[in-house]
Amino acid sequence: MASARVYITLKEGILDPQGKTVLRALKSLGYDEVEDLRVGKYMELKLSGDDKAKLEERLGEMSEQLLANPIIENYRMEVEV
Amino acid sequence: MRFGVVVFPGSNCDHDCHYVLESVLEQDVDYVWHGSTDVSRYDCLVLPGGFAYGDYLRTGAVARFSPVMSAVEKFAESGRMVIGICNGFQILMEAGLLPGAIMRNVGLKFICRFVDVRVETINTPWTSAAHQGQVLRIPIAHNEGNYQVPADVLEEMKRKGQIVFRYCSPEGSVLPDFNPNGATENIAGICNAQGNVLGMMPHPERASEAEIGSSDGMVIWQSLLAHCGV
Repeated sequence: MASARVYITLKEGILDPQGKTVLRALKSLGYDEVEDLRVGKYMELKLSGDDKAKLEERLGEMSEQLLANPIIENYRMEVEV
Repeated sequence: MRFGVVVFPGSNCDHDCHYVLESVLEQDVDYVWHGSTDVSRYDCLVLPGGFAYGDYLRTGAVARFSPVMSAVEKFAESGRMVIGICNGFQILMEAGLLPGAIMRNVGLKFICRFVDVRVETINTPWTSAAHQGQVLRIPIAHNEGNYQVPADVLEEMKRKGQIVFRYCSPEGSVLPDFNPNGATENIAGICNAQGNVLGMMPHPERASEAEIGSSDGMVIWQSLLAHCGV
């Protein structure tokens, strides 16, 4: 059994209305040091198999096909065997 | 003319579309369940609004893998007519049948109200009954209508006349103040390069009878019927 994590973030230049709202909320709580904030998605997966390279390849496919939308999002993954 | 209204789990404008096509336009209409794989008997497919698969992950992201969508893709590639309204538009983008992606509204609010949109081109099968620059009053109802597209793709779309509707003032001026959701360049509706696939955030099926507030959506249906020789 392997475990994996996928981080999905908005591409640079894509406006993040949710992030802007959270940023404003933090500032209103007095956290003035926060200069920018962007909201992304985090996914935890359990995978069968122990071939790390193969699992990374498959997870890359999953990310391209479904988990992320390459027009607006980037993804990064970590696989632990 | 025979229409198929595709029903996904979570579609909620399917009955409105069916009603307008059958009772107002007096055309043949079937519901097409998302598990169907044969759409060959139709001249036009309608992907209605709603929240297909709960809009989980991203709007349309799961729906695009419904069994019916492979058939919709082949149907569109063969040049037959496909219209995606609101959630249907989002599904068409996720499926790659229309360029771009949709983000949450800039104001983070679900917006449900009439807007004005300007017809940017009458050289599509969907707008031939309009006059250039005509302003249509059609309602929107969405939380994710913020259209985004890479700059190079947008330029190509403009060259090919794929920008069909833009949010505008009642007089037809396309200004940031009349952009309800933050969409790039006020874009409210687009088509593919061939023109047979249309996607739009406003709901023409909710503006097809004057008694319920507007019949401006009829311009789209009448253009379509004329294109198909009805």
